[in-house]
Amino acid sequence: MNSELIAILGATLAAAVPLIFAGLGELITEKSGVMNLGVEGMMLIGAVAGFAGGVHWGVGGGLLCGAVAGLLAALPFAFLTLSLGANQPAAGLALTIFGTGLSAFIGQYFVSQSMPGLQAWAVPGLAQIPVIGPVFFNQTYVVYLSYLTFAIVAWTLARTRVGLILRAVGESPDAAHAIGYPVISIRYAATLCGGALSGIAGAYLSTVYTPLWVQNMTAGRGWIAVALVVFAAWKPWRLMLGAYLFGGMTILQMYLQGKSLQLPAVLASIPHLQDAVDVLMHNVLGTSQFLASVPYLATIIVLVLISRDRRVLFLSFPASLGKPYIEGR
Amino acid sequence: MMQLLEPRAYPSVLLRWTAPLIAILLTLCSAALLFLALGKPPLQAFHVFFIEPLQTTNGWSELLLKASPLILIAQGLALGFRARIYNIGAEGQFLIGAICASGVAIYTDGLEGWWILPAMVIAGAIGGGMWGGLSAWLKTRFNAEETLTTLMLTYVASYLLSWLVSGPWRDPGGTNFPQSILFADPAMFTPLIDGLRVNGSIFITIVAVPLFWLFVTKSFLAYQLAVGGEAPAAARYAGFSAKYTVWVSLIVSGLTAGIAGAAEAAGPVGQLTLSLSPGYGYAAIIVAWVGRLHPVGMALSGLLLALIYLGGEAAQVSMQLPAAISWLFQGMLLFFLLGSDAFVDYRLKRRRKAAGAAAEAQA
Repeated sequence: MNSELIAILGATLAAAVPLIFAGLGELITEKSGVMNLGVEGMMLIGAVAGFAGGVHWGVGGGLLCGAVAGLLAALPFAFLTLSLGANQPAAGLALTIFGTGLSAFIGQYFVSQSMPGLQAWAVPGLAQIPVIGPVFFNQTYVVYLSYLTFAIVAWTLARTRVGLILRAVGESPDAAHAIGYPVISIRYAATLCGGALSGIAGAYLSTVYTPLWVQNMTAGRGWIAVALVVFAAWKPWRLMLGAYLFGGMTILQMYLQGKSLQLPAVLASIPHLQDAVDVLMHNVLGTSQFLASVPYLATIIVLVLISRDRRVLFLSFPASLGKPYIEGR
Repeated sequence: MMQLLEPRAYPSVLLRWTAPLIAILLTLCSAALLFLALGKPPLQAFHVFFIEPLQTTNGWSELLLKASPLILIAQGLALGFRARIYNIGAEGQFLIGAICASGVAIYTDGLEGWWILPAMVIAGAIGGGMWGGLSAWLKTRFNAEETLTTLMLTYVASYLLSWLVSGPWRDPGGTNFPQSILFADPAMFTPLIDGLRVNGSIFITIVAVPLFWLFVTKSFLAYQLAVGGEAPAAARYAGFSAKYTVWVSLIVSGLTAGIAGAAEAAGPVGQLTLSLSPGYGYAAIIVAWVGRLHPVGMALSGLLLALIYLGGEAAQVSMQLPAAISWLFQGMLLFFLLGSDAFVDYRLKRRRKAAGAAAEAQA
């Protein structure tokens, strides 16, 4: 297997990390029946807090700061939607707008600062496996953390009592309440957990991936994470798949910029076709702008593919998703 | 324990209309705390933010110039919000409107005629309407969430804009900046008063507000939309088409955003540039909510949000605060509004009564 492909695959895993953290966070939140559209805002707050922490205490401290900041950012959303029963899409949107403003506001103090990047750490033994080793096990430790988080979330949701209660609250809050589970407290926990994971996602962007603070640096990744949860039909393993798909797209677009497309011989023999393709590649398809818009177009396509079959969607989404729960109504 | 509210027997009419005022008051209090934390005297900051912009004629001109697109976009958005169709991609529809209008301006450059400007506005309306319609198609045909598709299409629109101004539509005679030619006079709204930027496009908004008010209060279609949002089951039972609701909501909101975009390109900006929109599409969402989705209420809240924009600019110049502060205030305003809104339908739980009931049960 050639080294360029291994490099592309390796970079794909690194690019998918923010989507994995934010996506898993939103998945947990939605499993409890709460739809938080504020992921983009929580990621931005996590990114700026992570950078601020990272400058002082290194990447580990940065990620921790990001997690705490993301959790705190989710708090007003949780209070509004859970304690006060406010409209969830609107509150999520408010959180995104607020987070965009707050992060830009705090970020002004960090605009021209930079951080040392994080070195990859090859897992002894595992990194020597051909192909799989260099792709999966020669990464920064945050990538390993993303595998671990996935494993914990998937196992907890599917196999533990905590996961069962969480799903019960999301499927039928009335029944869960009747058995004696504190619906609102559980939803608080799930929402704050989602916030912390989104915060880590943002902090990874600003301390490891870039590593710089740039205004609006999440560039819609929070929204893509929300879409990925739908694409994943609320299943963690499908979320990983989706995140890697989108990570791959981000990396491929960098490789494809300015590349030309050589048609196979049969097609190339048609007069002017190769010229037309060259012009098209040079002026439209190969431009940075077109390639940069591909992940967003792909999100739409992916949403269409999964939503088209209403039955699949109906069977997989948490039944109380987005509905406020007020005891005694 | 965590739940603070219980339902009211009847929604509070008083609170429904005072909630925005409460939210504004709370936002001002938080702003004062923020200014204190930054070491700026709050009263002076408020003066810079809310009074100074309105002390000059130019300030009023800028206020109207900014309020006009906000109010216009909000009118369209509110139609959908009433039907629970959340178009949050008005920003993208705004950009497409600006792009389509600019296309007309660029290809008619050098021509004379009264028709150029109307053609631009119509092109903007069609472009914005189609961009919104695209999400309607995705929703009705494939059941794809309009919140996500409208937002994704906003990113696509901004890259389309970036591609146009750095490729095919870049000013050939200009420097290498990614921007189009400056539009000629026939492709521009003329300023109402010499030396000020406010222009004839505000009349579009001035006409739109009563039209929307008539539409919302008198038309059967708007009634269908509202029923679809408030009671989907009742709407289905009455035979109102849910698909129709989606199409109307998204096309109309795209249309108004597109017109606003066209007016921005043909007005204060005068060319197609990357930094064409100061985020009007997002701010209009807040305008709609703060204005209670009511055409006249939104006219007032549009003026308020425009003032926050202006204040942000003034604070940037005279107090060295970043312009992002206006986004911060907008987010806070929406937060506080949603919080105050809860008390329209709910009230605080009476703890004593609950404790008494528990004691009774024990006895």
